[in-house]
Amino acid sequence: MIALAFFAQTLRIAIPYLLAAAGGVMSERAGLIGLTLEGYMLGGAFCAVAASFASGSPWLGVLAAVAGGALLALLYAVSAIRFRADQVVVGIAINLLAIGLTRFLLRLFFDSSSNSPRVAGFTSQGSGTGFGALVQNPVVWLGIAVIPAAAWLLYRTPFGLRVRAVGEHPAAAASVGVPVARVRYLAVLVSGMLAGLGGAYLALDQHQFTDGMTAGRGFIALAATIFGRWDPLRAGLACLLFAAAETLQIQLQGTQAIPSQFVEMIPYALTIVALAGVVGRAVAPAALGKTTIE
Amino acid sequence: MADPSASTAPTPAIRLRDIVKSFGPVQANRGAELEVARGEIHALVGENGAGKSTLMRVLAGMYAPNSGQMAVNGRDVTGWSTADAIAAGVGMVHQHFMLVPTLTVAENVVLGSELTRGPVLDRAAAERAVRELSERTGLVVPPHALVRELSVGQAQRVEILKTLYRGAKILVLDEPTAVLSPPEVQELWTVLRALRDQGDTIVLITHKLDEVIDISETITVMRAGRTVARMPTAGTTPQAIARAMVGRDVALALDADYAGVPAVQQLGAVPALLEVRELSVSSAAGHPVVRNVEFSIAPGEILGIAGVEGNGQTELIEAIAGLRAATGTIALGGRDLMPLDVRRRGDAGLSHIPEDRHERALVLDYSVAENLVLGQQHRFTRGAALDTGRILAHARALITHYDIRPPDAALPARALSGGNQQKIVVAREMSRDFKVLLAAQPTRGVDVGAIEFIHARLREARDQGKAVLLVSADLAEVLALSDRVAVMYGGRIVALLPRSDASPETLGPYMTGAERAA
Repeated sequence: MIALAFFAQTLRIAIPYLLAAAGGVMSERAGLIGLTLEGYMLGGAFCAVAASFASGSPWLGVLAAVAGGALLALLYAVSAIRFRADQVVVGIAINLLAIGLTRFLLRLFFDSSSNSPRVAGFTSQGSGTGFGALVQNPVVWLGIAVIPAAAWLLYRTPFGLRVRAVGEHPAAAASVGVPVARVRYLAVLVSGMLAGLGGAYLALDQHQFTDGMTAGRGFIALAATIFGRWDPLRAGLACLLFAAAETLQIQLQGTQAIPSQFVEMIPYALTIVALAGVVGRAVAPAALGKTTIE
Repeated sequence: MADPSASTAPTPAIRLRDIVKSFGPVQANRGAELEVARGEIHALVGENGAGKSTLMRVLAGMYAPNSGQMAVNGRDVTGWSTADAIAAGVGMVHQHFMLVPTLTVAENVVLGSELTRGPVLDRAAAERAVRELSERTGLVVPPHALVRELSVGQAQRVEILKTLYRGAKILVLDEPTAVLSPPEVQELWTVLRALRDQGDTIVLITHKLDEVIDISETITVMRAGRTVARMPTAGTTPQAIARAMVGRDVALALDADYAGVPAVQQLGAVPALLEVRELSVSSAAGHPVVRNVEFSIAPGEILGIAGVEGNGQTELIEAIAGLRAATGTIALGGRDLMPLDVRRRGDAGLSHIPEDRHERALVLDYSVAENLVLGQQHRFTRGAALDTGRILAHARALITHYDIRPPDAALPARALSGGNQQKIVVAREMSRDFKVLLAAQPTRGVDVGAIEFIHARLREARDQGKAVLLVSADLAEVLALSDRVAVMYGGRIVALLPRSDASPETLGPYMTGAERAA
């Protein structure tokens, strides 16, 4: 029973990671750094709450989150692809923009500096954190399906082949007539939509938007992308691992056997250890972060 | 030159008239002409920076010309796109392969023109298409292999298959033999002749004049962005082509008369300057890439290492230079180099012209003057700071002596042509106080005039009693310069012959691993 609860909690934490990391894989395999996942998630979370609050429908909230994530992704893509801006600089700017913009809109729409009013979401508020509540939530199923779907898109479709080509050797792709910029735009838009959806899950699960509520989850998803060596399935496993570490942290907090500060470090320490190359050196897509094609 | 429009032949496959193409202030093509008849093998030759590759990229739709007309099979196609060119059957095999190393052969071949079954890639059909093309042309490559696992020769076959898969009837090959061993070159010629006999038209960009004579029917010569000559191959000579390319007479490496080279000092009589024993190197993945290599080089001797690239030459040179961990012994004039780092090996008298000038030899954003002291900057200091006055004086002297163009010490190295970048490296490494020179692909991607110059410097070093280890993928270069010739295959030295016993015929079997002697 404890094991089942542990698993349910892990899955619940993992869903936004899975969605954002699938987006991270798409973006990075196309050659665009996924630093902006954090911003997409935060933007998506706000849009989900705002649209749910206005319409009363969590489905419209989800759609708004996808659109919000896509909009931020479009901004990133135009800067990085059209104007060849440095991806790290633009990425940081977009994350800061997402923080500032959501804070501003929070005050504008809900006249609060900390949180929105409560919204319905997909699950009733009292249904707890067990499996019963999880299976009611359609976004959970999307989060589970997104990993095999991303793998299918990347490895089985012409679009995926082109994504892998433009992230590795864009000049080669261009030389055979692959529209490099268009493929990259699409890949970045997909990453924005998926990470926005991850943000929607987060906000609807907590039935409200709180200022800065993503709290670095986009970066953890990016870490999972890299730890998973830019492969959807491995990145998905990395998400589950990070989520399990967080669950462990939550459960250990009750015991008081270990100082809570150390316990809270577990997921982040694990991320650092993972990225420091414990599981073999990761080879990034060769054109990742490059602003020019040749 | 003959006016191409005066030709009475039927509609040519390619006719480029008065092509001008600039990149910012640099005019790569300034009125270039090319006319290629259908079903011929046409050689496009010229020095580095003559604008050959640019002209062919214009033809392939990668660049739009600033002015001029382009016609393919009589149709005006001026300024078309890559996709248009592919659709019209024009395919280009690039000098630097346009292959995605992490994709399979079949994926690379179909990329951009994918076969699908519903929304899904049809891998089986792609692999079948590759196999069918392989059977038709003799270009055999395993379709499911990852491109990064292929040899350069195989990768080139993939490039050609790629263009044929797209229905290319006009094939442009940019320096296709630069990376091939002599038997591989012969295989490529067989394939190209077969394609021509099927009615395909082939344009070959190359530096190697013997190849031009060997394979082409017509030759177009470019110089400084212009077409300066067009001639039938029959009846011309390498000397005549070289003269047209450079605009003056050139001593070709192939002409070098071996009898003029001083006799090799008897080993034992003179102590060796460079002595390598039981040298082994492992790759990052732990595979042995250099296995138990042994040789020594006497003062006043050039030891040339021939072999297809990727058989351990790079690793051998880098191990001696101190850039790569190795086991065994390396001694320079009796002094053990193994415990020394790169800089101390340099101080001990080791000079190194790396094979990849961008990767190893130059910092492209540094000025010419800064690049000319790289690695020796500790000798150009005043107190804790660099002595810019002395660095500049040093640069001016070398720029003059090595004829580096444009003669501006403050320009970033990036702004110079490949040949002049290589001259920076050669100037730097040969101006320092050295006893042993490691020269890896010293004339790669360098024009005929600069090759002549660099070869003269290498011979000069030999005549001054230095020991030179030359590694070159160009067998003609190895034969032109070396006093002894070694062949590397699979990380081993499989043959070590005096120059008088070495020829393409005797070395070829060792280079392909068919034979081993040493």
